[in-house]
Amino acid sequence: MNKISHPILSMAVSRVGLGLLSLLIVSLVIFFSVSLLPGSYASAILGQNATPEAVAAMEEKLGLNQPAIWRYFAWLGAAATGDLGTSFAGRPVMTVLGPRLLNTITLASITALIAVPLAIVLGIVCARFRGRFIDKFLSTSTLASISLPEFLVAYIVMMVFAVKLQWFPSMAGIRSSMDLGEQLYRMVLPILTLLLVILAHMVRNTRAAILSVMSSPYVEMARLQGESEGRVVMRQALPNAIGPIASVVALNLAYLISGVVVIEVVFVYPGVGQAMIDAVRNRDVPVIQACALIFAAAYIGFNLIADVISIISNPRLLHPR
Amino acid sequence: MTRIQNASIPVVEITDLKIEAKSNEGWTQIVRGISLSIRRGEVLGLVGESGAGKSTVGLAALGYLRPGARTNGGSVRLIGTELLSIPEEERRKMRGTQVAYVAQSAQAAFNPAHRLMDQITMVAVDRGGLSREAAERRAIDLFTALQLPDPQNFGARYPHQVSGGQLQRAMVAMAMICNPALIVFDEPTTALDVTTQVEVLISIRKVIEEFGVAAIYITHDLAVVAQIAHRVAVLRYGEVVEEASIAAIMDSPQHAYTQSLWAVHEMPVSASGRYETGVRPLLSIEGLSARYGNFDVLKDINLAVGRGETVALVGESGSGKSTLGRVITGLKEPSKGKVVFDGTPLPEKLRHRKVDLLRRIQIIYQSADTALNPRQTVRKIVGRPLSLYHGLRGSAREKRLIELLKMVELNEAHADRMPGQLSGGQKQRVAIARALAAEPELIVCDEITSALDKVVQAEVLRMLISLQKRLGVSYLFITHDIEVVRAIADQVVVMQHGRIVDRGAKEVVFSLPHEPYTDKLLASVPDMAVGWLDGIIASRTARLSTYPLDASRIDQTG
Repeated sequence: MNKISHPILSMAVSRVGLGLLSLLIVSLVIFFSVSLLPGSYASAILGQNATPEAVAAMEEKLGLNQPAIWRYFAWLGAAATGDLGTSFAGRPVMTVLGPRLLNTITLASITALIAVPLAIVLGIVCARFRGRFIDKFLSTSTLASISLPEFLVAYIVMMVFAVKLQWFPSMAGIRSSMDLGEQLYRMVLPILTLLLVILAHMVRNTRAAILSVMSSPYVEMARLQGESEGRVVMRQALPNAIGPIASVVALNLAYLISGVVVIEVVFVYPGVGQAMIDAVRNRDVPVIQACALIFAAAYIGFNLIADVISIISNPRLLHPR
Repeated sequence: MTRIQNASIPVVEITDLKIEAKSNEGWTQIVRGISLSIRRGEVLGLVGESGAGKSTVGLAALGYLRPGARTNGGSVRLIGTELLSIPEEERRKMRGTQVAYVAQSAQAAFNPAHRLMDQITMVAVDRGGLSREAAERRAIDLFTALQLPDPQNFGARYPHQVSGGQLQRAMVAMAMICNPALIVFDEPTTALDVTTQVEVLISIRKVIEEFGVAAIYITHDLAVVAQIAHRVAVLRYGEVVEEASIAAIMDSPQHAYTQSLWAVHEMPVSASGRYETGVRPLLSIEGLSARYGNFDVLKDINLAVGRGETVALVGESGSGKSTLGRVITGLKEPSKGKVVFDGTPLPEKLRHRKVDLLRRIQIIYQSADTALNPRQTVRKIVGRPLSLYHGLRGSAREKRLIELLKMVELNEAHADRMPGQLSGGQKQRVAIARALAAEPELIVCDEITSALDKVVQAEVLRMLISLQKRLGVSYLFITHDIEVVRAIADQVVVMQHGRIVDRGAKEVVFSLPHEPYTDKLLASVPDMAVGWLDGIIASRTARLSTYPLDASRIDQTG
């Protein structure tokens, strides 16, 4: 087995290397584009009437008078050890973002645990019964939910379940002092909204991935061997559609970490997205950079996993001649 | 499992079957009232050109219609059950157990994601009433009977891990696993090399005889059907034009269409020797090697093509024939050696070749479908080299275009058509006209007749020969088809594993004694005679022991 897994291993290692390289390039872009933002933090804090001396003193205190390239390497070096620096407000960035990140990950994990299996099952059902009522219904409704902007979906959900039915609170402002049941109760509406948004993508792509395999000669062969339609989908088509399904799932999981900004704001959920909005408002550059880096790492990480899964699911690579 | 007790009751009986298919203009009749009947142990050959409806009839024997097709009359009775009137669910249950199918390309018909054993035993375990162990034992017995290498472990492999010929035999094993009453073979050897084809034919013949299964054998190759079938039905435009025993139909075909099919096999054998020795050759290749990555595809090739001469490059797929064509046309750089054209070494890189040099060497590909832009009219396709190489415009270009179309036996009406509106033969003629438009001195023909039906193939070959006489163009004719070589070549070059193993004037290469590989290649080409395969099997069994269906007596020579 050792010898067989070798090409897969080297391929996986090279993917990880490429992932790290992309992350490095992204960090460069993040660092230098943020420093291109107009205005300076020091003069914004001190107000219009600040003397140039006061601004210079403030900049020196924050280290902003150093050359940009120097600051970049200092920041990168620290980030590599898990230290994302100190926010301009004086607290370590990790202390600011840590609990927020935990909240976002909780929200994302619960949503993913429901969405991924459900989306794959619904996608398979659509492919199995293509052209029938269930397929047409799901295709149309998922298309509609993709087409609607996510904030609108959020407001519709809020209107129905919070305002009309009054089943759940419209504000999802959880605090660590609340017990778990209370926290989950408050998270129901953001989760429902996120489900509607990402489910649609994944259902449609799972369906398309399976259907593209369904026109293969080996699928016709299976039918000619008398395989039932359900088994044709599960046994013949699905194993050959794992790669594309994994990549759409990865994309949506990454969205759950980084793309939920709007949803978090709408439901006042204390996640990373909210933190980033606050940081942008306050020009708190270290926090903005840290958020961007976390989002980029999430995207690259999930896509890396999807790549590895699609390599492993290809028998030509897993079992070379 | 229902077994036919009485050998005289037909296993399958198709009566006045009519099938129509959806097209742009509504429903088109593709099978027009076909009646066939096959008894146990009997093999019916279904012969005809592509589009004759052979596969549609073959699939109908499984009660299966491709999407977009429907029956509009007739009946299909399989071991006493009327397939067309029972629900799909019941038809489905008969497939794989009572009636099985062997597809043309095993490479495409096996699922790449599963091991062969799992795919082969699937039906037997699901619906054939066998335990997994029993099904696997039977599969191993079949592997042995089909002379697959290492039958005990063959099933553990994935489809991409075995060769095309082995995969085709594995599919026969898959069809046999439930001991069905009928097997439909749909061109099972068409995608294979001649040498591999013989092995697969022998295996198919062996299992058909050993298990007494009834079979429909679909093919366009009369030489193949003569080795396998007891009876032959000739199909044309969805109708049976003639049906008779194999001996009768080979000796005295009655219908005019059947006679025309037969006549193709008596293609005039051209006499070689137009090449004058002592004259400088048009193309000479000296010590040429080429590689893809670390793999040498061509090794030390020396070759000459004279003016007005046809050199046939013969060999199995993977022998490097096409790569040599690509090196000559500049599409692939050699790693060593040189190509001299008309006394001047050719630049290796395509972009270092002058336009006029490009004009003098043209290439025609196997598949006109992919070589012609589907969104351009024939006028545009053939007109382009006329403007590019000869600067022709307006009415001068139009006049030359019509001339070229007439040369390839088309006419001005074809100029406005798109490739999609032409038949396969017509498309290849357009591709030939495009090459001729450049007025080249050498045309590299890469398997250009392989995708064509025998009748069309013969017409195209005759046309190429007469064009050569008129224009004095040289052909480097890449092919794996020995019949084509006999028809067109002056010189023959045999390639194997990237090397030239045999060469000479056609008469010399094709007469004894040969190089061992040439011998094998020639011996593998089926004869149009009943009993040719029997002869081969007899000569082999004289050398080897037989392969009984008993796993304990595996002959390791396979």
